[in-house]
Amino acid sequence: MSALGDLWGQLPGYVHSTLFTLLLCIVLILSVAYLTLWERKVIGWMQLRIGPNRVRIFGFLPGMGQPFADVIKLLIKEIVIPARANKVLFRLAPAITLIPAFAAWAVVPIAPNYAIANVDAGLLYVLSLTSMGVYGVILAGWSSNSTYAFLGAMRSAAQMVAYEIAMGFALVGVLMAAGSLNLGVIVTQQHGGLLAWNWFWLLPLLVVYFISGIAETNRAPFDVAEGESEIVAGFHVEYSGMAFALFFLAEYANMILIAGLTAVFFFGGWLSPLDGYPWWLGGTSLLALPGTHWLVIKLFALLFLFLWFRATFPRYRYDQIMRLGWKFLIPVTLVWIAVEALMSRYHVGPWKL
Amino acid sequence: MLPLILFYLFATVLVLAAVAVIVSRNPVYAALSLVLCFVTSAAIWLLIEAEFLAIVLVLVYVGAVMVLFLFVIMMLDIDLEELRAGFTRFAWLGWIVAGVIVLEIAGVVLTGKLGIDVTRGAAPLPANYSNTQELGALLYGRYAYPFEIAAMVLLVAIVAAIALTLRHRPNLKAQDIGRQVAARASERVRLVKMDSEHRE
Repeated sequence: MSALGDLWGQLPGYVHSTLFTLLLCIVLILSVAYLTLWERKVIGWMQLRIGPNRVRIFGFLPGMGQPFADVIKLLIKEIVIPARANKVLFRLAPAITLIPAFAAWAVVPIAPNYAIANVDAGLLYVLSLTSMGVYGVILAGWSSNSTYAFLGAMRSAAQMVAYEIAMGFALVGVLMAAGSLNLGVIVTQQHGGLLAWNWFWLLPLLVVYFISGIAETNRAPFDVAEGESEIVAGFHVEYSGMAFALFFLAEYANMILIAGLTAVFFFGGWLSPLDGYPWWLGGTSLLALPGTHWLVIKLFALLFLFLWFRATFPRYRYDQIMRLGWKFLIPVTLVWIAVEALMSRYHVGPWKL
Repeated sequence: MLPLILFYLFATVLVLAAVAVIVSRNPVYAALSLVLCFVTSAAIWLLIEAEFLAIVLVLVYVGAVMVLFLFVIMMLDIDLEELRAGFTRFAWLGWIVAGVIVLEIAGVVLTGKLGIDVTRGAAPLPANYSNTQELGALLYGRYAYPFEIAAMVLLVAIVAAIALTLRHRPNLKAQDIGRQVAARASERVRLVKMDSEHRE
């Protein structure tokens, strides 16, 4: 075992990061697969149904084989390219949607003091990558040469550009609190237990960020880009087989990314909620140790909110989405940034400026 | 050595993409080539350690401005014949502008011979030097007033753009959220007390 450890230590840094990247990608893809199952199960339970329960693994665990059955079905389906579609962009669009959702994980601190790339401007990197995702949607809608797809792309582009502003402003508050754009520093700055995390001091920004995150990922109740009751399936109406599956994968990978980023920005990432508390509150127990498991727990708790919202809220009308984004969320962030500036000026709260 | 190879790689892509912006017949391809231009120039800026500017270039131009460009280009039905109508007539003007630009670039490159080499680049900075921090200190410290004035000019421009394009359409049905929230059951529903019918 120690020989293996030595070998691991001797490998150059790029081998480490390549291996970690591969591992992260595999974990992400598996999480996406089981997130789809989890979503169908959760919504089923909320609507007093059972959900998928047929495909088993090794003859037991009803439903657990469903993601693989879905993937194999989509893999062996034909990819139909419409006759008058723009063939190059039609094929490129799913990839453009998917890549940012995975690439953004490079700067996310996934373990104590570890991220695949420790970038100082990490927060800006995340923002710029998530803003690239909209290209896939627009290009898919345009290159399909279909009115429904085009309408979906237009809706999604306007929505994503609008909510990116609220999202960016919410993150301004986070970087004011941390005094750094580095995601690792943003996490370590929140140490000191449950109430020292940013969610407590930046609650309005957390709400704005999470709502914008749902809008950015085109999830219910903001899923007008798909709007199956009005525009069939929106921007991916012409896609079939694995090309469609890539859009599906991108949507769920983006959900996981937004949940992970919310956990990092507002819930202390890999920090334990008991960290820094006295012994009678468990501050010296094993539970107070930081670790990746805390990030995973927080991430899945936030992911559950995505599913819960989808099962709960009816879809917004388009003008209501625009009103919420521009007239409610952006003013809230502006007011709270001012409040935060005053708090840090008069040393209220845990700011280190 | 590696930075040099990367530079030439990105520079080649940048030049090719810039040519594609001009020569592509499909306006959507032209806009996408422009996106590629921005991304590769951001990569070149990263090579000279201007990481903040590079990421902001991608964030602002690729993430927001070009999305809106594409948005408009896709919605407009652009008639290329109409756009190309004056091509040969104004070609001489284009050649003059191109010539001036080539001369200017040559001037910059050739200054190395005069002993005032501006192409050599700045001296390497210490490892703990933060570009972003220095930029912030300059913008919010030394140049605070020009910065604020620029912000005001932008704000005025936004207000002007909205005021110019705002149309007041009569008979437009809009939702008044305040009135909806303020509505009470007592204003909407009137309970009428009636005697039940008597059967003789």
